[in-house]
Amino acid sequence: MPLGRAWSVALNGVDGHVVEVEADVGGGLPAVHLVGLPDAALHESRDRVRAAVVNSGREWPNERIVLALSPATMRKTGSAFDLALACAVLAAGPGVDQPELDGTVLLGELALDGRLRPVRGILPCLLAARAARMRRVVVPRAALAEAALVDGLEVHGAGSLDEVLRWLAGGLTLPRPGPALPGDEPEPADLADVVGQADARRALELAAAGGHHLMLVGPPGTGKTMLAQRMIGLLPRLTADEALALAAVRSVAGRLPADPLGTLAPLVAPHHSTSMAALIGGGSGIARPGAVSLAHRGILFLDEAPEFGRHLLDALRTPLEDGQVRLARADGTVVYPARFQLVLAANPCPCAPAHDRDCVCPSLTRRRYLGRLSGPLMDRVDLVARMYPITAFAVTGEDTEDTATVRARVAAARAAAAQRWAEHGWRTNGEVPGPALRSRFALAPSAVRPLELGLRSGELTARGADRALRLAWTVADLAGMARPDRAAVESALYYRDRRAA
Amino acid sequence: MAAKDDLGRRGEDVAVRYLEDRGLVVLSRNWRCRDGELDVVCTDRDRLVVCEVKTRSGTRYGPPAEAVTPRKAARIRRLAQQWLAAHHVRWCSVRFDVVAVLAPPGEPVTVQHYEAAF
Repeated sequence: MPLGRAWSVALNGVDGHVVEVEADVGGGLPAVHLVGLPDAALHESRDRVRAAVVNSGREWPNERIVLALSPATMRKTGSAFDLALACAVLAAGPGVDQPELDGTVLLGELALDGRLRPVRGILPCLLAARAARMRRVVVPRAALAEAALVDGLEVHGAGSLDEVLRWLAGGLTLPRPGPALPGDEPEPADLADVVGQADARRALELAAAGGHHLMLVGPPGTGKTMLAQRMIGLLPRLTADEALALAAVRSVAGRLPADPLGTLAPLVAPHHSTSMAALIGGGSGIARPGAVSLAHRGILFLDEAPEFGRHLLDALRTPLEDGQVRLARADGTVVYPARFQLVLAANPCPCAPAHDRDCVCPSLTRRRYLGRLSGPLMDRVDLVARMYPITAFAVTGEDTEDTATVRARVAAARAAAAQRWAEHGWRTNGEVPGPALRSRFALAPSAVRPLELGLRSGELTARGADRALRLAWTVADLAGMARPDRAAVESALYYRDRRAA
Repeated sequence: MAAKDDLGRRGEDVAVRYLEDRGLVVLSRNWRCRDGELDVVCTDRDRLVVCEVKTRSGTRYGPPAEAVTPRKAARIRRLAQQWLAAHHVRWCSVRFDVVAVLAPPGEPVTVQHYEAAF
């Protein structure tokens, strides 16, 4: 048969589409034509595939070969089609039985000697193959651990083209992935390491329990970074679905860790010199995921937040709102998940002495410094915690609780909140919009009295009141109360943004 | 005569014999002009058949037919026009063929004929 057919998957962001690879052999001078909107890397696969086939001891048809990737109008990128191209060409000749290829998705880049190399994005490819009801998938052996995350598919790992061909001929069995075992993840740093800072600890606990975005303000060396790094230990473990979504993003970014299905919430801390593309996602052609997507279901920690360019900080507003980023490029629009919790850390002023009283900045400079964090961004930050210089060398206080203790409280509070908001589709207090808190879940007038007073005296803005209300629910959840009382509202007010005051 | 020229000459001999066996009438061999050379020009009595003969002694550098690149094809087309002009042929349809001759030392020669190759 002069026509061979194989299947592979084209990725558009984290969405895959099954692509049919057809090879028509014969009729003309020996040449290989690749059609179906391939990019440069894919164009080069003509030469890779040919060398790999010949070096695997197979015959390369000495004729005109037209390779078509369908759907033809979709742009295809990358080298993952190599294996499918090779098998399609061989299926056009006597090398491979066509029925064996039907319903089989082939993924992997070929080395010139026929070895099968791993490619990025195996996980979303498998999800697409499963959605398209393909029978089985062959992936590079190095990607087997990643492939184990997807069930409901017959996945095989191959080390070379030769192995795949012998397997197709029925003369070899290829290894299947082992069960996806949650590996031993390194336990995140413990909260007990942080000296003092009872206020900030409490803020961290509130942020973790309510899913509130948090800002830590304090002089250098007070443990802002330490605290932020310990927050991932307080967050609940990711569910299987969340871990899979995160793994898909990491797979596309080529940043999958050794244990692909880790359930520890991610912490991503870009430097303040980061580019827009690295933060939000970007790149030419099809955009790649950025820090906000790699922090999906985890924490995006911006240390020295005022040093970030204003356009970078403001670009975070849409993902904060939508829980996803939509990146439009010439070759199409991709949507990556980006539901992260924002943790900002900042010095109170540019000169940042150990003790704030030693500050030499003019008042205008001080005001401008934190003013770089725009109002719309700070509107989304429910909690602002002040940190104070450490005044005693060895604080052996009773307040140095360890992560496990706090995590238990956080988990209980989150469970309470999730149960309360379940019918409205919110999972944490931080997601609840202000109007809902004011109307449908309005508190007793006595409880909101402090907000009333603050608004009347002009100490509090309407948005600030909403934030305090939201936080008050978390305070109540942590205390095990059914609804916030006056004390809860007052303690929530303690963490408001008091830059203006 | 250099070894490669000798090989090419032998290959062309083989190709001409092959074409004549197929009933074609050879009109010119190695027709030269300023821009290059046409290996074999023949006719099947309906149209002109311009043949490029490519000979190799092995496939170490790829099969012989692969050496006919788009650039070479374009040159042969141009030469064919000059041939027609030089022989005062008014109009006729032209077919461009490639005859690939593989002549491994000490082994039988194989001929592959690509009709209307470009």
